[in-house]
Amino acid sequence: MPNMSPNKVEMPVQAGNIRNKNFDEVALGYTEEMAIDEANRCLNCKNMPCVSGCPVNVRIPEFIQQIAKGDYEKAYEIIKTTNSLPAVCGRVCPQENQCESKCVRGIKGESVAIGRLERFVADYHLKNGKEQIDLPKSNGIKVAIIGSGPAGLSCAGDLAKMGYKVTVFEAFHTAGGVLMYGIPQFRLPKEIVQKEIDALKEMGVEIKTNMVAGKVFSVDELLNEQDYKAVFIGSGAGLPSFMKIPGENLNGVYSANEFLTRINLMKAYKFPEYDTPVRIGKKVAVVGGGNVAMDAARCAKRLGAEDVYIIYRRSEAEMPARLEEVHHAKEEDIMFKTLTNPVEIVGKDGFVAGIKCLEMELGEPDASGRRKPVPKPDSEYVTDIDTVIIAIGQTPNPLIKATTEGLQTKPWGGITADDETGATSIKGVFAGGDAVTGAATVILAMGAGKKSAKAIDKYIKGI
Amino acid sequence: MYKIITKKQLNPTVTLMEIYAPHIAKKAKAGQFIILRIDEKGERIPLTIADYDTEKGTVTIIFQIVGATTAKLNTKNEGDSILDFVGPLGTPSHLDGVKKACVIGGGLGTAIAYPQAKALHNMGAKVDVITGFRNDELVILKDEITAIADNLYITTDDKGFVTDVLKELLEKGNKYDIVIAIGPLVMMKAVSNVTKTYGIKTVVSMNSIMIDGTGMCGGCRLTVGGEIKFACVDGPDFDGHLVDFDEAIRRSSMYKDHETRSVKEHNCRLEGMR
Repeated sequence: MPNMSPNKVEMPVQAGNIRNKNFDEVALGYTEEMAIDEANRCLNCKNMPCVSGCPVNVRIPEFIQQIAKGDYEKAYEIIKTTNSLPAVCGRVCPQENQCESKCVRGIKGESVAIGRLERFVADYHLKNGKEQIDLPKSNGIKVAIIGSGPAGLSCAGDLAKMGYKVTVFEAFHTAGGVLMYGIPQFRLPKEIVQKEIDALKEMGVEIKTNMVAGKVFSVDELLNEQDYKAVFIGSGAGLPSFMKIPGENLNGVYSANEFLTRINLMKAYKFPEYDTPVRIGKKVAVVGGGNVAMDAARCAKRLGAEDVYIIYRRSEAEMPARLEEVHHAKEEDIMFKTLTNPVEIVGKDGFVAGIKCLEMELGEPDASGRRKPVPKPDSEYVTDIDTVIIAIGQTPNPLIKATTEGLQTKPWGGITADDETGATSIKGVFAGGDAVTGAATVILAMGAGKKSAKAIDKYIKGI
Repeated sequence: MYKIITKKQLNPTVTLMEIYAPHIAKKAKAGQFIILRIDEKGERIPLTIADYDTEKGTVTIIFQIVGATTAKLNTKNEGDSILDFVGPLGTPSHLDGVKKACVIGGGLGTAIAYPQAKALHNMGAKVDVITGFRNDELVILKDEITAIADNLYITTDDKGFVTDVLKELLEKGNKYDIVIAIGPLVMMKAVSNVTKTYGIKTVVSMNSIMIDGTGMCGGCRLTVGGEIKFACVDGPDFDGHLVDFDEAIRRSSMYKDHETRSVKEHNCRLEGMR
């Protein structure tokens, strides 16, 4: 029976005032009944508009039909043909701008909850499924991948499926890139990321951690001395931007990268059981309006900060964060100071004591098409703060560029690569994900990794 | 896992270890550093590469027991392993063209000053070395440095500071192309102040708090000549006359309270094991 309810089946979540004190996952996932109920909202459209909205073209109506029939493993197999990390995507994809934005049900009412269904299937499989890995026949051809984030992992997975001998080089001691160091436990449990990575290893992908490209090896050495036939660079956007305002080097000012890495990768939230510390303070200001800013604010709250502010220079409508993340942050008592621009971090005895801000108003649209914030005259004021987290964006790390002769990059640091193939200015070297686009989403990086896997296969076969 | 091949106690609080990491030994250069993590719950700490041996495939680190991590590291013995060991990180020192240098090591900094002095000596430069320690018991690498230095001046706190020796040498008319100072921030600041008046190029090595060592966290940032620099990728060597030492000293104390707590907990755990 089709379910004609205009609304998505709601997904249970931990209550805001409870979850803002723990690091357990916020959203709890559908039960089987909920999943079947929601799957029945799908009209199984012939032209499948949703699929075109997905950067990795998950066969959405097909897997949803299998859920409706109760064959969750079949649904998983269908997703897995095009998406190597479904449990991750079901949690962190901005579905509202992608597949779900194209859903016919969204015209009158809410679209089908594709993301929640994908998560349900992936979690069901992780819990109940038996991984049947049809190990591909190895062709013995070596391909190197730099970076084990979403771009690198999806490229590795697809190449392994084609029979290539894939080695992934990771600078950190743990594979997963931003999925491990950036996105917090309560939004993406690390055990899930680890399982997805383990599945790749079982497919024959070799992961070498503690390997900093550009330092311990160069791209040139991979190709010419170590017999790799192609290299994919998926090194992400790891270089934090600062605001260049007075007081940014005071103790208690973090880049969001540092703050989140200390918490997520180094588990500073379990200090002193784990050795890495993090300073929180009672009043925390997070500067920025993206998902990273929301993550940092929500972590600070969980670590015991009493007042946590998001400070953003435009209005809430312009915030780049996912709507769901903004809602979740508000439910967790994060306070929003929009149309507010920091001009100075005020210090006392070397530590942060306050943040001086200007009130802003929206003027004419700027190059990004969003209305440009302009300061209101005489609106300066200081808020007492003990910790500031700068979450205004990251750019690609220049380490690889600096050590790879002939690798062309854009003035802001992104590697120049072909949109369709990821081919760079060097023969046999491909690139994708944030290293090319600047900070974007997990799924776009995965899409780029997939495209490059296809292109690398063609390149090696000389097609 | 990275195996400890050799362990040597240089003085009651300073230990030398040779770690098996041939891929790093092959690439390492003077002035670069590694980051290590002892075990799953450990923090990542940077240590300057004190030496390396491409034939044995080892990288030498020298550390002083100052906190929980270094204390834990010191409980490891030859044959034990460290979970993570990554490098070589940072920009190598530029020593080309130096004819006469004064290399200054303060305390543990002597361990890092030594390979620099050795590299200069091997290049054919004349090298005076000044080392400073709190007391006689803490003196390290005396024989090794004597073997390569044209002159070695060892001072201890009761006799005077490294800057006193340096001033004396300069007043006597010694000329240096470069002064390399490695040690506590206050010492590097004091040396830089002295050399500034004489207009001698001065290089210092900044061992800031960091996590990844690749430019990702920005925790190691410092102000050099009015600009923000990252010690991990832009350094660790910087022009001593341009570094904002007061800011660096402040930033180095960021986790003092945590460190005290961590050491306390760590000692409790060690006690519990007995």
